[in-house]
Amino acid sequence: MSTAVKTQAALISADARPASGAWAADARADAANRLAAMGLPTRRDEYWKWTRPDSLISASADSAVVLDYEGEEPLFNDVDRLKVVFVDGVFDADESDALEGEGLEIERLADAAAKDIHWAKDLYGVLEARGQSPVVRPLAVHNTAMATDGVVIRVTGAVSRPVSLIYRHEDAGSDAILHSVIRLEEGAKLTLLENGPAAARFSNVLEVDIAKGAEFHHVRAQGRDHERQAITHMFSQVDEEAVFKSFTMTVNGKLTRNECVIDIVGDNAVAHVAGAVLGDGAAGEFHHDDTVFVTHDAVACESRQVFKKVLKNGAKGVFQGKILVKPDAQKTDGYQKSQSLLLDDDASFQAKPELEIYADDVACSHGSTSGAIDEEALFYLRSRGVPTPIATDLLVLAFLADAIEEIEDEDIAAEVTERLDAWLARRRD
Amino acid sequence: MLKINNLHVKLEEEDKQILKGVDLEVPAGKVHAIMGPNGSGKSTLSYVLSGRDGYEVTAGDATLDGEELLDMEPEERAAAGLFLAFQYPVEIPGVGNMTFLRTAVNAQRKARGEEEMSAADFLKFIRAKAKDLKIDADMLKRPVNVGFSGGEKKRNEILQMAMLEPKMCILDETDSGLDVDAMKLVSEGVNALRDEGRAFLVITHYQRLLDHIKPDVVHIMAAGRIVKSGGPELALEVENNGYADILAEIDA
Repeated sequence: MSTAVKTQAALISADARPASGAWAADARADAANRLAAMGLPTRRDEYWKWTRPDSLISASADSAVVLDYEGEEPLFNDVDRLKVVFVDGVFDADESDALEGEGLEIERLADAAAKDIHWAKDLYGVLEARGQSPVVRPLAVHNTAMATDGVVIRVTGAVSRPVSLIYRHEDAGSDAILHSVIRLEEGAKLTLLENGPAAARFSNVLEVDIAKGAEFHHVRAQGRDHERQAITHMFSQVDEEAVFKSFTMTVNGKLTRNECVIDIVGDNAVAHVAGAVLGDGAAGEFHHDDTVFVTHDAVACESRQVFKKVLKNGAKGVFQGKILVKPDAQKTDGYQKSQSLLLDDDASFQAKPELEIYADDVACSHGSTSGAIDEEALFYLRSRGVPTPIATDLLVLAFLADAIEEIEDEDIAAEVTERLDAWLARRRD
Repeated sequence: MLKINNLHVKLEEEDKQILKGVDLEVPAGKVHAIMGPNGSGKSTLSYVLSGRDGYEVTAGDATLDGEELLDMEPEERAAAGLFLAFQYPVEIPGVGNMTFLRTAVNAQRKARGEEEMSAADFLKFIRAKAKDLKIDADMLKRPVNVGFSGGEKKRNEILQMAMLEPKMCILDETDSGLDVDAMKLVSEGVNALRDEGRAFLVITHYQRLLDHIKPDVVHIMAAGRIVKSGGPELALEVENNGYADILAEIDA
């Protein structure tokens, strides 16, 4: 028996699975069986060529020092939002708002899972299971089997107050597994915010089902704790004239892999996914991986992938992105941009952009680049009296700008820019 | 104001001498022009003075108000009062023109130990300056020089000059790519900045810019040296007879 398989047995043993009612017990058992059949990722897997899965599948989490934020105001503090707080993966009722809102049904996964019948049955592990082809994502299956909590949200109207999932990290050895499902009914609208490091090791799955004409906006900031590790998966199904927009900001973190799987199934839908990353290996190991798979299976849909990484001092970036256009997905407009700015010779970026197109009337393209700071622009700024460190940071923010522009809400976009600027400024002084 | 003494410069990467002993002095309040054929070293002189990489000073020096320029970083030269209006202003996608200018103005103030300008004061200041140069609010919001026409780029250079209020302004072929109206606008912008405490070095191929920005002294540069200096009439002579006559006269 290989180490990986032994580990797997420990990871998914029925005893370790959270107690649950009938529907959730079925979904979890099904996931455990699927995982047993596919096995955990190994370094030999093509899909894990550039990111080592070892520390994500080890029996327990490597401990991670809890960062002292020194009284700094938490992100999104000024946003009027519905707060749902998890501390090291455990729901904190005192810190959370009452789980209710207009146009919204929201409850904890743990509560929903305890019931024998629940609408979440049609979603939990369902989009995830569909997202296992053509590439398997065993860590998402593991999450479906083992997740202890999360939220289930059904949106029936245009909700103006964002739902804000706050993931605090207090225990250096915590190993958190959360799973949330969101269903937006026809014409509904929701903004989901996520922020915080969550745990020493964090596995998170989001399944988002967006019905006709509905709009889902997602802004995520993955906490600055240097040693934390995260594996996240987002599975989304986007129906006719629906809108999906997701943006993730990542600074620091020993290991982060964000997988995003989008199925566009209705005509005239729009799906954008973007990420802005700042990695400085001087403060500790930094490895960031964006793995994206967008499937066009409907007519006249638009998809955008905009991923930007700024790396230095041995920081490593990975991008694996694919657009698959099915034979009937005519008039597809798909674009994929993955760019890195390498601030020194030690930083590295590996990218595998892929287009697989079976329809004949489509406009799809990708642009993947790795570059250094533009010396001409730097000299121009310096010749106007801007010192090199400030000029460099201005150019870094400028490089990230088109990813940040993917955030619909201007105030939130401004706050994200401010935070990135502050991160740069801390390293300047 | 600006004193250049026996300046010798070669390319850093290859063994090619570009400037071969430039001597030049531009006093405060004066406008000096440098004319010369292609390849004479005019633009190299402006780049070396502003601190661009890629050149090696092999002999001589240059001072601004007595301060040794060539030892300073480009940003220090700017804070000391040197400004180069680029022949080809650089496009910087993602950096708003306004952000760029505020950062530059405040960085220079900070370097000189002055208080930074408040956002409100800055806005008032830039609006007034921009209006004189017919630069609209949209141009201030757009990324630096991105999508600007040739004329807009040069106007933007003069706006920066007006905002930064340098002591020594070097204009490197500011007339290139400008139509007559744009040249007039840019020249008016420059003339508005003429002041007893400020000096200008105007580098140009053509006499026509000097119709608008009237120089006190005209220098002819050839093969890396100033070969002849005179009054404004020297520019007219070049315009009428080309450089050949002057160069022949010197060789003789």
